[in-house]
Amino acid sequence: MLSRVADSLFWLGRYTERAENYARFIDVNFNLSLDLPPGIKEQWEPLVSATGDKNRFSELFNTNYSRENAIFFLAFDRRNSNAIISTVRYARENARIVRENIPRETWEVLNDLYYYVEEACKKKIWKKEDPKDCFKKIKSQLQLLNGIAIDNVPRTQGWHFSKLGQYLERADKTSRILDVKYHFLLPSVDDVGSPLDFLHWIALLKSVSGFNAYRRMYGKIQPSSIVNYLVLNRYFPRSILFCLINVESCLHEISGSGPGYSNQAEKAIGNLRADIEFADVNDIFEIGLHEYLDELQQRLNSISDYIYDQYFKIQSNFTQEF
Amino acid sequence: MLFKKYPTQKHFDEMFDNEHNCRPSYSGFKKGLEKFSDKKLLQLQYSTDKAQKSMGMTFNVYHDSEGIEKILHLDLVPRIISNSEWHIIEQGLQQRIEAINLFINDIYHDQKVLKDKIVPAEMILSSSDFLEPCIGLDPPKGIWCHITGSDIVRDDNGQFYILEDNLRCPSGVSYLLENREIIKQAFPKLFASLGVRPVAEYPSMLLNMLQYMSPGENSTVAVLTPGIYNSAYFEHSYLAQQMGTELVTGQDLIVDNKKVYMQTTKGLERVDSIYRRIDDKFLDPLAFNPESMLGVPGLFEAYKAGNVALANAPGTGVADDKAVYAYIPRIIKYYLDQDPIIENVPTYICSEKDDLTYVLENIADLVVKETNAAGGYGMLIGPKATKAEHEKFKKLVKDNPRNYIAQPTLSLSTVPTLTDEGFAPRHVDLRPYVLYGETIEVVPGALTRVALVKDSLVVNSSQGGGSKDTWVLFD
Repeated sequence: MLSRVADSLFWLGRYTERAENYARFIDVNFNLSLDLPPGIKEQWEPLVSATGDKNRFSELFNTNYSRENAIFFLAFDRRNSNAIISTVRYARENARIVRENIPRETWEVLNDLYYYVEEACKKKIWKKEDPKDCFKKIKSQLQLLNGIAIDNVPRTQGWHFSKLGQYLERADKTSRILDVKYHFLLPSVDDVGSPLDFLHWIALLKSVSGFNAYRRMYGKIQPSSIVNYLVLNRYFPRSILFCLINVESCLHEISGSGPGYSNQAEKAIGNLRADIEFADVNDIFEIGLHEYLDELQQRLNSISDYIYDQYFKIQSNFTQEF
Repeated sequence: MLFKKYPTQKHFDEMFDNEHNCRPSYSGFKKGLEKFSDKKLLQLQYSTDKAQKSMGMTFNVYHDSEGIEKILHLDLVPRIISNSEWHIIEQGLQQRIEAINLFINDIYHDQKVLKDKIVPAEMILSSSDFLEPCIGLDPPKGIWCHITGSDIVRDDNGQFYILEDNLRCPSGVSYLLENREIIKQAFPKLFASLGVRPVAEYPSMLLNMLQYMSPGENSTVAVLTPGIYNSAYFEHSYLAQQMGTELVTGQDLIVDNKKVYMQTTKGLERVDSIYRRIDDKFLDPLAFNPESMLGVPGLFEAYKAGNVALANAPGTGVADDKAVYAYIPRIIKYYLDQDPIIENVPTYICSEKDDLTYVLENIADLVVKETNAAGGYGMLIGPKATKAEHEKFKKLVKDNPRNYIAQPTLSLSTVPTLTDEGFAPRHVDLRPYVLYGETIEVVPGALTRVALVKDSLVVNSSQGGGSKDTWVLFD
């Protein structure tokens, strides 16, 4: 497979996953707002902080974390390269680059989604009282893409490159959704363990579509169990460990190598996966959830760099001598 | 009822003769179409637009973050061609392409055609499309013009004429193929009942041709595109996908020891045959335009060494030029000793005495073109120009007759087209596609371009043109 094509498939996987997760981020607050007790205001700053684009936000809106600004920034602001409108466009551009390598339906659904988001932007959906449906639709179109891929794409290199991008992105985004909790402010220290605190946790679980599955496993809402579930669980498809196991197996499928590692990317993911696989929730709390997630995100970034060096970097044909 | 108000006219209409009788090729279609209500037709037109947008059959109007993507309007009413008419077009194109290929080969070898003064030597040798690096070059299997999309028009008498030979990366074939898919879905029963020759085999024909060109034993084919901002990118990726080949950009290719390789995730992979959609001069910065960032350094050396096939061959453009066009009927006669099956639009070559006299006497009715000027420059449209301009051009032509050709103003045939006022006649041209591999083949279909503006003769997509599906009938 052409390096450039592999690169685009990888980013197609990343951008569609990113767009879906941003729709999920916004969902956290929709889920919350339904249950918030009177007198407690919606907080949008934590979501923006968790995305890592807080500086960009303040350049554009100062500290005005209104609902309107936050939704606009996360979903429809073209100046934010991680906003849904941007990532859907990048995903579509990448799909266009590799059209000959993907199912026709994938292109058509993504293309329709692009027009849908553009249209929502024109209608200034962020000013609407209830823009929930729009994000629901975005999410379901992206899920449709996954479904089409599962039943149509042959499990050759291209598949593994786009899954690689998708799982790497999802590991990062699950860690960020979890990190939202760190940024949510409780009115006072006494509120730790209060109903409001629980509401925050439930909203997080719902936004990763994990509430029911979590309930069946643990029953009670407990921060340590939730962290356990979203970071260390081996079976939940949005948990960080689950994502890392898949990243590792995609890399081995691509290189065709067995146990151990055959390149830097495989080495780094093997290390990271083992660290998480052999951690328990106390190890996480000892370091501190936020700090733990922060380090994880950095390690994911360096894995991405290794993958680039190994597979995507191409030699400039203009520097050769003849 | 649909066609009750359809006017009869002096132009040749593909569907109705000038007594408003439906021509035989359209009678089945007309009968079927009359079962549709006006409302249903508008709905079908709407879903046609939508299908095109969904497929991303778009071209960019300009490129920035909010660059506008437009679809090429596809009209519901197909242009239908009877089998006997198609036979003429097919044979005419085969003959023409065979002769043009012999001509190009001669130009880059012995130049007999110049020595025999069939075509003026200085016209060819001074042309910017005459590529000196190609002199003496033998392309694989001796073929230069593998892919052609000639433009054909029909005059008021229903006579076909070749208007242009597009020998450099002609685009539009993806529209031919996708239009068929869309129109087939709009009229599934009607389509099935009429017996329309299929066009879907084009990608395999193209692939066979490209593999046949491969110089060695292997035949890895790639499509070379300038990239996603090229207005025909949709077509490049479409053809690569339909053929199951890689779509590459210049940066994906690397030349080592005069062999061409793609850079893949598993290292370098040899490429044997390239359908390039990059112009000659941008192909290789070492051989041609050194500023080109699109091309592949060393590609031309690899080609010269016979290690890779390029379609179309570099240098082919020399035969695709207003001035050379005028000589094609003689070129056919010279190489094949045959009369052209499809004529040129009558062209007066001012360097010839009789033609010059005619041009000077009839300048008010003619379009006068400067032979070595590009699109629109140095051109006089007689019927639209003033007396003073006529005089000015007469002098120009007299002073330097070699630089000018002249043609009568063209008429194009019409086909019923869905407009806001129901079906109305709109002017069309016809672009069939010819592949030159082991044999010369014409895919039984074409891109019909239509001028959507009333009475307009401009069919270009950039100026209000649309397209139609083209049905070649079996019987």
